[in-house]
Amino acid sequence: MAVFTTRTLTLQRLSKLFEKRFISVSKTLSKDMTVRDAINGAIDEEIERDDRVFLIGEEVAQYDGAYKVSRGLWKKHGDRRVVDTPITEMGFAGLAIGAAMAGLRPICEFMTFNFSMQAIDQVINSAGKTLYMSAGMVNVPIVFRGPNGCSSGVAAQHSQCYGAWYSHCPGLKVVAPYSCEDCRGLLKSAIRDPDPVVCLENEIIYNSTFSVSDTALSKNFLIPFGKAKIEIPGKHCTLTSYGRAMEATLLGAHELKKQGIECEVINLRSLRPLDIETIHKSVSKTHHLVSVEQGWPQCGIGAEILACIMESEVFYQLDQPAQRLTGVDVPIPYAIELEKISIPQPKDVVEMVKKLLKK
Amino acid sequence: MLPSCVRSVCKKAIPNKKALGILTKNNYATEATFETKPYRLHKLEESPSTTVTLTKEDALKYYEQLHTIRRMETSAGNLYKEKIIRGFCHLYSGQEAVAVGIKAALRPHDAVITAYRAHGWTYLMGVTPEGVLCELTGRQHGCSRGKGGSMHMYCNNFYGGNGIVGAQIPLGAGIALAAKYKGTDGVCVSLYGDGASNQGQAFEAYNIAKLLDIPAIFVCENNGYGMGTSAERSSANTAFYTRGDYVPGIWVDGMDVLAVREAARYAVNHCSTGKGPILLECATYRYSGHSMSDPGTSYRTRDEIQEVRQTRDPITSFKEKITSTNLVANDEIKKIESEIRQIVDEATKKAKSDKEIGLDELTADICSEFLEGSVRNIDVFSPLPHKNIGPAVNK
Repeated sequence: MAVFTTRTLTLQRLSKLFEKRFISVSKTLSKDMTVRDAINGAIDEEIERDDRVFLIGEEVAQYDGAYKVSRGLWKKHGDRRVVDTPITEMGFAGLAIGAAMAGLRPICEFMTFNFSMQAIDQVINSAGKTLYMSAGMVNVPIVFRGPNGCSSGVAAQHSQCYGAWYSHCPGLKVVAPYSCEDCRGLLKSAIRDPDPVVCLENEIIYNSTFSVSDTALSKNFLIPFGKAKIEIPGKHCTLTSYGRAMEATLLGAHELKKQGIECEVINLRSLRPLDIETIHKSVSKTHHLVSVEQGWPQCGIGAEILACIMESEVFYQLDQPAQRLTGVDVPIPYAIELEKISIPQPKDVVEMVKKLLKK
Repeated sequence: MLPSCVRSVCKKAIPNKKALGILTKNNYATEATFETKPYRLHKLEESPSTTVTLTKEDALKYYEQLHTIRRMETSAGNLYKEKIIRGFCHLYSGQEAVAVGIKAALRPHDAVITAYRAHGWTYLMGVTPEGVLCELTGRQHGCSRGKGGSMHMYCNNFYGGNGIVGAQIPLGAGIALAAKYKGTDGVCVSLYGDGASNQGQAFEAYNIAKLLDIPAIFVCENNGYGMGTSAERSSANTAFYTRGDYVPGIWVDGMDVLAVREAARYAVNHCSTGKGPILLECATYRYSGHSMSDPGTSYRTRDEIQEVRQTRDPITSFKEKITSTNLVANDEIKKIESEIRQIVDEATKKAKSDKEIGLDELTADICSEFLEGSVRNIDVFSPLPHKNIGPAVNK
């Protein structure tokens, strides 16, 4: 099972460097917070706002969350609204979906999305398809959330991206927040959404600190699904990414900027709906595209983006073939150096962009 | 089994000279009492009553329901043989008393979820035979507009129709949790077979339901076979009413609608008074194969099926009970049967002649708030618009 994992020093340094220099939030910075607290606050406010909303999952109540995301919520809201379950993903996911079918608004936490595979039938077949099968009668307003993707030092079974898995399925909406602002806005939208939403967080980012604008601190701050965010505007190459891969993407973009190459960095935010329009516009401007993700290459998010470009007129805007940076096509290894080279690093972004631009 | 009639009593005041248990108005009883087979109990002190009373009104209602399901399923079987019903088609014939008995114990705010053998339950929960049969033929007047088919039918307080063996068990626990959460005394009945009872998620659901004291009634319809594997070959413990371990359980003769009703009433009372979940095992039998593609004779004998039909049929035995006690006259039975025949025949006709929904509904109701602009078609050049047609009751 998962254990609480702290960041490596390297990541801490990268993160701090990143926070100080590159974060693009609105100018009226009002509060610094960790991603963990941003998620906690969003859940807290939504539980308060709507009596139908409750948090359910393993260790979410008395333990304060396996990754401390739900710290204090059980003490504040009690047994009815914050519900510990046994370690039986299929059972409690099914239970939460049933409650949603009957009118509640559960937030179903998977300790990590790796364990959601135990419950994937319920997520796809029960949550994702019931509205269609019932000809629009029974919608299933539920959020599945938890840490997704590569962690640190936990080996293959606990390090995997489910972006492609879930966004493959019609009937599900899939979001992948990166910053605090993303987490607050996307999670609140997810909880208020009348359909099943998969919210893919990342354990490593939970500790990262971001500045959050006044606007984003509002209790009604909602980020619409299907709208990507241009984190950094640029004219030479478009970089698309999501979740924790945003770190390497942004750091790579910064390094390139020092070398005079301006990348337009797109934070996808939502994987389904996927904001292809924003990517199209950007590629029409930069004429180059690199997608960056930590998930595997085959049938991945990058594969989808590239296929969408290939199928559109925007294809003719490309000066070079669009490229994917993905996790290496292997189960994630435990050994630290192997683990490191199995997911895209900033230098991979730098090298790929320079290669495309022939610099 | 043909449970014996103990006595017939008059509901209304009757002249003294007419003793209890003898006939009343128009020479027919208005109420009768019967003895059921004993129940088997697991972690329960008190048993449901083995003496059950039936009013004439209820007798007529149950007979109508039992017979409608049988007739509807016969028609479904024929439509399948005519290749008008496609894909999977699992018939309920033989098991009717389970659904009718449980439904009789439910209150309007109680909910039900079942597996893929869903036609009978869909009808009992409020969909007309036409709504069921049109769904089976995939037509527009089907209760899911033809988009769900045999295994996916829904209506108020009825959550399907789930095609994944055992998946409905935790879902039902969740529906029951919602009732408790909202502060009603509602319960949810989750039905599954002896085959599904071995799924891990069944045990996960029992466990959570017990821990959270959820008003969930788990009903194992033991029809003897999970597809073609007999209960003895699939289950190390075939006393399914004990399989919930810490969840109390009752074995009931699932071929006796009145015994099922009595056990279900007991279960509803147990759950709605905050005692947590309970498990019912209804011993029943399915006449048809697992689905229409299964002749159902390689793993059991024709003699076995015939024997059940002749000695334990839930409808024949109920008819015998209510007519032999003069609760219902043979003429009334004939009248009901003829009315049902007409209703089902008309529904069948409609199910054959009704149109399918428009092709534009291919992309309806994927999400209740669809955010993708349009739906990708087979190619990228002709995207399809999404539309919402159903009421999306949880918006």
